[in-house]
Amino acid sequence: MNFPILSTLIFLPLISSFFIFLSREKKNNISAIYISLFSSLATFILSLFVWYSMDNASADFQFLEEQAWINDFIKFKLGVDGISILFIVLTTLITPICIISCINSVKDRVKEFLIAILILETFMIGVFCSLDLVVFYLFFEAGLIPMFLIIGVWGGPRRVYSAFKFFLFTLLGSVLMLVAIIAIYWITGTTDVIQIYEIKIPKEYQNLLWLAFFSSFAVKMPMWPVHTWLPDAHVEAPTAGSVILAAILLKMAGYGFLRFSLPMFPLASEYFTPLIFALSIIAIIYTSLVALMQEDMKKLIAYSSVAHMGYVTLGIFTFTKQGIEGSIFQMISHGLISAALFLCVGVVYDRLHSRMISTYGGLVSYLPKYSFLFIVFALAGLGLPGTSGFLGEFLVLTGSFQKNYLVAMLATFGVVLGAAYMLWLTKRVIFGETKNDQIKKLKDVNRSEMIMLGLLALLVILFGFYPVPLMETFSVSVDNLINNYEIDLKTGGLN
Amino acid sequence: MINNLYTLLPEIFLTLSIFSILMVGVFIKNSFNLIFNLTSLIILLTIAIILNSSNNVEKIFLGSFTRDAFSNFFKILILVSSLFVLNSSKNFILDNKLAKFEYPIIILLSILGMFFMVSSNDIILFYLGLELQSLSLYILASIDRDNLKSSESGIKYFVLSALSSGLLLYGCSLLYGFTGSTNFDLISNELNKENTGAVFAMVFILVGLAFKVSAVPFHMWTPDVYEGAPTSITSYFAVVPKVAGLAVMIKFMFIPFSKILMEWQTIIIFISIASMILGAVAAIGQKNIKRLLAYSSIGHIGYALAGVATGVIPGYESAIVYIAIYVVMNIGAFSCLYLLKKDGQYKENISDLSGISKKHPVLAISFLVILFSLAGIPPLGGFFAKFYVFSAVVEQKMYVLAIIGLLTTVISAFYYLRIIKTIYFDDSVISFDATKNKFAQLSILISCSFLLTFFLYPSVLNNAVDILFLN
Repeated sequence: MNFPILSTLIFLPLISSFFIFLSREKKNNISAIYISLFSSLATFILSLFVWYSMDNASADFQFLEEQAWINDFIKFKLGVDGISILFIVLTTLITPICIISCINSVKDRVKEFLIAILILETFMIGVFCSLDLVVFYLFFEAGLIPMFLIIGVWGGPRRVYSAFKFFLFTLLGSVLMLVAIIAIYWITGTTDVIQIYEIKIPKEYQNLLWLAFFSSFAVKMPMWPVHTWLPDAHVEAPTAGSVILAAILLKMAGYGFLRFSLPMFPLASEYFTPLIFALSIIAIIYTSLVALMQEDMKKLIAYSSVAHMGYVTLGIFTFTKQGIEGSIFQMISHGLISAALFLCVGVVYDRLHSRMISTYGGLVSYLPKYSFLFIVFALAGLGLPGTSGFLGEFLVLTGSFQKNYLVAMLATFGVVLGAAYMLWLTKRVIFGETKNDQIKKLKDVNRSEMIMLGLLALLVILFGFYPVPLMETFSVSVDNLINNYEIDLKTGGLN
Repeated sequence: MINNLYTLLPEIFLTLSIFSILMVGVFIKNSFNLIFNLTSLIILLTIAIILNSSNNVEKIFLGSFTRDAFSNFFKILILVSSLFVLNSSKNFILDNKLAKFEYPIIILLSILGMFFMVSSNDIILFYLGLELQSLSLYILASIDRDNLKSSESGIKYFVLSALSSGLLLYGCSLLYGFTGSTNFDLISNELNKENTGAVFAMVFILVGLAFKVSAVPFHMWTPDVYEGAPTSITSYFAVVPKVAGLAVMIKFMFIPFSKILMEWQTIIIFISIASMILGAVAAIGQKNIKRLLAYSSIGHIGYALAGVATGVIPGYESAIVYIAIYVVMNIGAFSCLYLLKKDGQYKENISDLSGISKKHPVLAISFLVILFSLAGIPPLGGFFAKFYVFSAVVEQKMYVLAIIGLLTTVISAFYYLRIIKTIYFDDSVISFDATKNKFAQLSILISCSFLLTFFLYPSVLNNAVDILFLN
């Protein structure tokens, strides 16, 4: 295939954002919204086409593109495999939803907001497509700029603090990864991921390099104890910003572990497994407890995200087929569920301008459709069988039982706690007495909100009952990952 | 002999032009505009002359003057950046009643001094060039002579710089005493590690050079001079002498001191780390943009010196690429300052930028691009500058330097973000006059499009720099 389909996928949003920049319309910004919606839908369809035309039976990277870039040594290399394509589709699915959501929630500087979202989409797709460490780093870091602006310009009262915290935390983690990337270049002579897989990094370097990558991914994931930027960023970000943050930006780290840490530093990954397990367990249990005590809906969901990401890291580092497949599935499903939950909060926030749980109560009598959707997502969030949330957690736990009973036992407590905070949230927001008179005047979800939430609800339930399309896509790639990992462990990383 | 003069053509042309326009200025009243335009023309012609001359190494006047790819590259960089700095600041000069005809002429004189600095292959010629450059800069710093701050900054710069020149000269004389020659090539042959006296000489020379590029711990003059001098001069200070200073530093490491590289390296590593840290930390508390840019320039020199500290050619090349991108960023940043005009007054406080994104969206987005680039965030040009430098540093296994350097970029990101915060997050306070400063806008446009599209062809500068060290 000669047509550079991945580059098109990456740069389509960027080019359309340029057109939005040029569009001059004072009223309503209708043209800007249509351009962005159209281009993001086109990107989505293109990504579906890539997914459809991919060969699932092969673990190789497909749709490879290569171009000389820096000094003939570093190539601009793109490609997808069964793991990354799902994240690309998730990105391109969430972006139009964000654009629809901003029709209701963003009131000023709509044009700039859309530009920021589309540029961010470019960087996010770039992260999942890149097969070169430097290209990956470029996209990974570049995403900070639009997100910083989204939080800072359109955010809530403490937006400045949150935006700075988000930016500096992530940057601090990432610069160490940059040192590691440069070091890898001088050790192996290339930054091409596929070549590094074959060359194999010598044992003595692996631990340090792994830690450098870990410092970046741990912040982005976020893992306990560097998760503190996430609740702040989520709370202050506008709805669309929270959605992208939760649904996609957090997945970059999980993807990074799968794409880089595991295959490139297998010995170090094995060595540091206890560390990851400990941090994951703390994340699952501690942040679930913290989530229980939150007064703010967005903060509660933010902490629940940290807990869910704990399952993801746990699953990845079990190195079992169930564990890794479970964590990929968990990432996709969390992308849908957390996006939907933040949208749900956004819906009532647009009407009452409060995120406090105490403002609400008894919504079920006045907003029946909304309450139904909210309950669906809350149940999916706690992992009810029949929703996509269940399958991910179940597979991760199955995987971790094979590895370590104690860890799996402790992680299972997280499921109970998850049920506790989600159900309690539902009870306080949806059911109970209506204390606030304003609630009685609220209108139920309008058409655009119905489209977004309904679509996500359908997907959550669909993947809960029929996960085969997702599983089939990444199954071979995961097998390959585990095989290579085991071979590496046996040979001690020697080539 | 005639051939020798041909090699020297750019310098001769520059000198003669300076004399002629000086005459024009003396005899024609109110000739600032004429002289200014002539200066731009002279700069353009000099660029043309240098582009036409060959890149082969030629040493003339008993090997005291070299013309090679290295010197040609730096001369063009100096000329192009002066051209942009000068033209984008024209409105500022006129508005602030600095329109004296000597202004562009002195700039040309300092350029001439820098030409001799980068071309010199002999201590004496080097020192003469350096002094010509410095004397011009003293005058420039205090050119707004009725302004107390400007005069103060001129005096301050003069006193401290004279001291550093003294040290440098002392170093030169020691070097001559211990090696018996003033020629770089001969010194290089004579020097070795046992020659302790020469190591002393090297330290003194390094102090002088570090002062000129405002590296820590010889940076004290920078913030005051940057703040006190008129913005048009500050932008010249921030860009052009740094380029020349770095070129000379690389030249000294590459030719005369190549045999005592270890001793050089230790000091430069220290200077580099200290500059990076100070540049990052001290800028945090600043309220004046020019002062902030002063500290930021100290930090940036630290990064460039990290490339020099590697002591190998890829490192020098990365430092040159770094300084070239730094020049582009700073020209853009200062051009933005020329647009911050309110009721005839140019604003220089960060708080004056408050909320300009609402009323001046294009200016705001340009500032945003330049500031993120200064912070070194991909995919902007500033990131690649840092990437090349640290790539060279890591290649030499100087991991500590690389890690400290990258951690300071995080700290420095904080204060760049603070300006962006003021521009984008804060409420709008003032709206600036609609200025018709076409050239400043053009420089901003060029600078931003360079930084934004750099990632498409990131090796374009490397290819240009690759040929500099062939001989």
